[in-house]
Amino acid sequence: MKQFKGRVITPGEVTAEALVTTEGFNTLASFQMALQFGDKEVKCGDQNNKELHGKPMIGKALCLPQTIGSTTGGLVLYCACAMKKNPACMLFAEHIDSLAAAGAILADVWVDGVTMPVIDSLGDEFLAYVKDGMKITVKADGTVEVE
Amino acid sequence: MILTNEQQAILNGERGETLAKVMKTLVMYGEAFEAEKLVPITSSYNHLVTSFGLKVMSPVYDLMQTLLDAGVSSGQKFSVDPRPLDKHVPANILQNFVFNKFMYTKQSFYEEQLEKLGLMDKNAFSCTCYMDEVGNKPKKGDILSWAESSAVVYANSVLGARCNRNSGIIDIMGSIVGYVPYFGLLTDEGRKATWVIRVKTTKKPEAQLLGSAIGMKVMEDVPYVIGLDKWIGTELNESATSYLKDFGAATASNGAVGLYHIDNLTPEARESGMALIVEGAREYVIDDAELERVKANYPVIWKKPDAKPKLCFVGCPHLSLQQLKDWTVAIEGALGKKGLKKITLPTVMTAAPAVLEAFEKTEYAARLKQTGVNLVYLPLDVYEQSPLQEDACHHLVEQASHLHERALLHRRGDP
Repeated sequence: MKQFKGRVITPGEVTAEALVTTEGFNTLASFQMALQFGDKEVKCGDQNNKELHGKPMIGKALCLPQTIGSTTGGLVLYCACAMKKNPACMLFAEHIDSLAAAGAILADVWVDGVTMPVIDSLGDEFLAYVKDGMKITVKADGTVEVE
Repeated sequence: MILTNEQQAILNGERGETLAKVMKTLVMYGEAFEAEKLVPITSSYNHLVTSFGLKVMSPVYDLMQTLLDAGVSSGQKFSVDPRPLDKHVPANILQNFVFNKFMYTKQSFYEEQLEKLGLMDKNAFSCTCYMDEVGNKPKKGDILSWAESSAVVYANSVLGARCNRNSGIIDIMGSIVGYVPYFGLLTDEGRKATWVIRVKTTKKPEAQLLGSAIGMKVMEDVPYVIGLDKWIGTELNESATSYLKDFGAATASNGAVGLYHIDNLTPEARESGMALIVEGAREYVIDDAELERVKANYPVIWKKPDAKPKLCFVGCPHLSLQQLKDWTVAIEGALGKKGLKKITLPTVMTAAPAVLEAFEKTEYAARLKQTGVNLVYLPLDVYEQSPLQEDACHHLVEQASHLHERALLHRRGDP
């Protein structure tokens, strides 16, 4: 088990299975088709992301460097949370980008009954260490345990 | 974050629970970027990214309705990204059914909400709100709460306004309370260049190709571009601003550029020159070979790249009045060389409603119509994102003027 310390963007505690991408996460491309067609597993629809394409995202600990893509990205992440189709948490190796921050914060403030902890600045070492399927525990102070 | 008494009062709920949540959203957003304060928005108008009336975005309309039900409205009027549909675009029965009955069913409701919240006017739908004809053109130094990446990068770079790359909804929340968090591209430090780009091509680089190359290299950083003034001049005239519109959109969509400086041309570069470049800035040289490399490696979105195109779109971001005139002349010239009177591939060009209105008053409008081109106001990405794009509507987006003869004429199988 290894511990990493990050910065809390939206608070919460959760334990979930890791889903990892080392590339930028395109929020719109990843969620659009799953939300549009009511995919219960919310499989990643981004064909350009070979690590995630086709893998279920709902309930996972999504580990990523940053999000990329259009400024609708925040809207899409907010919608995913409001529709209860969100990852269990989002763990950023780098400083969070403005679109992901907006989506996560909008969900935290405006959606009742959804808690999606978001931690950033976990470092490159975090993303190098964590692999798909590992058990992730997020603590309220931004500590992330990987085992 | 240190708040003023007025801001703290709003956060404390003294002006209602809904405004308190709006303020909390902005404070949390600012804190994520270590903002120490909120600053007043100073532009005349806001600009919002759209959710296109997409049914799948229902939570967004619910949130907007929550704002309206609480009696909240935008302190500024605003323009919005383009409407998703236009009856002038050729579409088959299946496409019309999917678009109108499945995908964009919320558009009318969404427009009603926008009007109640503060839409500038019923035609204020364009990604190029900063065109003179549209009338949402901020002044140098204005603080904005805009979203829409191509508009943000234009406002920052060409107009010298100050705006972060905000997400949708955050944009409207800024103008509801009148403040935005002070960080990133709002600060002098955040506007300094961390990349030097040296353009050493032997001809004028195609705007979107150059922008793509730079965007993919620098991602969210600020580039200072040296050598481009040789090709587009040292004056921000219609030709240069149209070029920079397309160039900037490509830097924003292929990377996440929110601001660029062009040596001897854009306002802050003219004022401060290379003093804008931070010590230790990285360097990227772009010559003919590098542009060719980027073009050859550019991701192809089509499942069948060699398929015969059925429809050609031009205008992402929306075309300027000058570009509509230039395309008219270019298409006439290309048709003349081929001995043709009309284009042979259905083609639509997109521009803001107010720009189309202005274009209709020029002699070029009848000439362009004569070639068979349709003019519309919708955005291209509606079609690029459609699940029908491959099967029912193989679109071709070609901005490069040197390519358009091939795009419009040769791809139908002509030699």
